[in-house]
Amino acid sequence: MLYALCFLLFVIGLYCAVVKKNMVKIVLGIVVMEYAVNLFLIMLGYRIGGIAPIAGPGDVEHGQMTAGFINASVDPLPQAIVLTSIVIGLGSLALMVSICIRIHEKYGTFDITEIRRLKG
Amino acid sequence: MAEVILFYFLMAFILIAALIAVETTDLLSAVICVGAIGFGCALFFLFLRAPDIAITQIVVEVLALVILIRVTISRNATFVTGDREFFASVVSVVILMMIFLMAVQVLNSLPAFGDAVFAEVTDSASKTYISQGMEKTGAANIVSAVILDFRAYDTLGEATVLFTSVIGAAVILRKRPRKLPEEPQI
Repeated sequence: MLYALCFLLFVIGLYCAVVKKNMVKIVLGIVVMEYAVNLFLIMLGYRIGGIAPIAGPGDVEHGQMTAGFINASVDPLPQAIVLTSIVIGLGSLALMVSICIRIHEKYGTFDITEIRRLKG
Repeated sequence: MAEVILFYFLMAFILIAALIAVETTDLLSAVICVGAIGFGCALFFLFLRAPDIAITQIVVEVLALVILIRVTISRNATFVTGDREFFASVVSVVILMMIFLMAVQVLNSLPAFGDAVFAEVTDSASKTYISQGMEKTGAANIVSAVILDFRAYDTLGEATVLFTSVIGAAVILRKRPRKLPEEPQI
């Protein structure tokens, strides 16, 4: 059910990116989709009653992790990958926004249906 | 169980914020609602036992809000006019609903929420990271062990992508055009 709600968030973002005419709205839709995907990946690694994948002083015995830690920790791999994805999302957002600013300077509008003609 | 109820509340908050962000006609309100989604996600990550992601999400969200407010504020066109043609909108909504229904079928085949997928795979990479990460890298935080040691090339690629996009934004936003080289005298 939570997975489906997460996908609903993705679909809302997709709707915003596909239907809206305003360029900034399209950028916001893409950002919302990104959040949905990040959230879904983290959700996949969650276990109920789990602990963060950070070892405390009681979790190590003779240089080995205790079985309690191994069996309770949530998945560290999606967390590491999503960390990368969030930062890359910021980079792509900056690029999209700069393109929006440039188009607004050139055409004086954010409406993509009015930006049809080429201006050299 | 109380946690799952909390997750539903957070998810409802995020979905309401997303709907307002999509449907409002004021661009600044839409940007602020996207900020609400981002901070809701940060809370969600915190309760999903991912503190590193939560911290990164908060930092990135603040930067993203600053960037987005920069594009919306001080433009005279902050109000959105209308949607695209009615027929096209209806067709896209129908297609999106179909995608959603199909995806729900697929998501039902996943293990239920709260049963980690990786725990059911024998010899999964995540298990190796958890059980041997500290011994092999010396980092108590397994996530930083993964991003900085096991998958360091991934982080290098991330930094490359980030700087490339920053260079791209700088090139696009440059005011003065580059000076053309002078014509050679013949």
